[in-house]
Amino acid sequence: MTMPSQGIKPAIAPPTLWICEHCDTVYRRRKLARGEVARCQRCDAILARHHSLTVRGMLALTITAMIAFVQANIWPIVTLGLNGQMISTTLWGCLVMMWREQAQVVAVIAALTLFFFPIIKMGALFWVLAYARNGRRAPGFRWVMVMLYRVGPWTMSEVFVLGALVAIVKAHMYFEVQPNPGIFAYGVLMLIITAFSSIDIRRLWDLTEERMA
Amino acid sequence: MSDLPRAQDLGLIGCHVCRMVCRDIGAPDAACPRCGSPLHKRKSASYTRTWALLIAAFMFYLPANILPIMRTVSLGDVDDNTILSGIIELWVKGSPDLAVIVFTASIVVPMLKFIALGLLLISSQRHSQWAQRQRSKLYRLVEFIGYWSMLDVFVVALLTALVQFGFFSQVAPLPGVVFFGLTVVITMLASMTFDPRLIWDGRDFDD
Repeated sequence: MTMPSQGIKPAIAPPTLWICEHCDTVYRRRKLARGEVARCQRCDAILARHHSLTVRGMLALTITAMIAFVQANIWPIVTLGLNGQMISTTLWGCLVMMWREQAQVVAVIAALTLFFFPIIKMGALFWVLAYARNGRRAPGFRWVMVMLYRVGPWTMSEVFVLGALVAIVKAHMYFEVQPNPGIFAYGVLMLIITAFSSIDIRRLWDLTEERMA
Repeated sequence: MSDLPRAQDLGLIGCHVCRMVCRDIGAPDAACPRCGSPLHKRKSASYTRTWALLIAAFMFYLPANILPIMRTVSLGDVDDNTILSGIIELWVKGSPDLAVIVFTASIVVPMLKFIALGLLLISSQRHSQWAQRQRSKLYRLVEFIGYWSMLDVFVVALLTALVQFGFFSQVAPLPGVVFFGLTVVITMLASMTFDPRLIWDGRDFDD
């Protein structure tokens, strides 16, 4: 079980092949030009993209995302007003209310997808990228990368932003609505997530070198 | 198109977790030498698991649409909203464009997921060669849009937390929203257990 055309356990094996994940077609790897996207000829899935963002760039984006995430969670998202009475809420305000109002299942799903998984994802990214800057693998690299892959599809902050927008419009029919800093922080977070969406973090496997202990 | 070699024919397996290309040694418990994840030629029991999850999701989907998802109380008036009636309200009183977005996320996307995954399962099980490329694209679309259905659940959560004006106005979640949240999670699991490589596997495939 070694790489094709490779000897036994090379420290950093030059990866020579791509296998399309969507149809199993095998391609020889090639260098991509700036902005180029390699697509599978059989099923048109993306095989690889040219990486315009360096590891340092990704680290910077991750740190920005962390800052935006903290802001998004400490500031209220919106304030409603009725007859002079004002009510505002944060993400955790929503979660606690859903728990109290007999929708515990929803509270748990939302807590995981909007709070815990994003935190795990950002923390894990920060950890592996901070080491990958120097071409090294962070302690526990293997485990963290596998976890990142598993958690990946379960973060939904960008859906929450759209949800907040819909909630504001709905509430606007009956109440005074004031946007608070939280919603803007969420907007920033959404932009960063979009910027990150084209990055395949698995390339770190090829970019970093395993330390021979 | 048949001249494109497939990993299966070359005795290779691509690791899904780290994309390492490994030789297929035929052992059932083979693991990727780089990341340690189990290696399979195809996701194990993909058809059975995807069918099971899809049917389970559909059973949650019915109460999610029939039962109300949100209760609005204002000045003693109780108004229970289902997903559809919420969209209609948004269309009539609020903004039609946003109503279209919610309609897409809450009605179109889940329906599309059921129809698309059902179609992919049936056609792949029959080893159909029909529109393989388009079916691949359909699968990627389902995977990409799946989690946006959670939109309505988050809207209910936000309104519940915000609209707490006692006697004047109050919003509370109703069981429909729980069923709907579970439907979204289970359909996401269903699309993850489906193996899109099955679309391209012919009759001679030995798995």
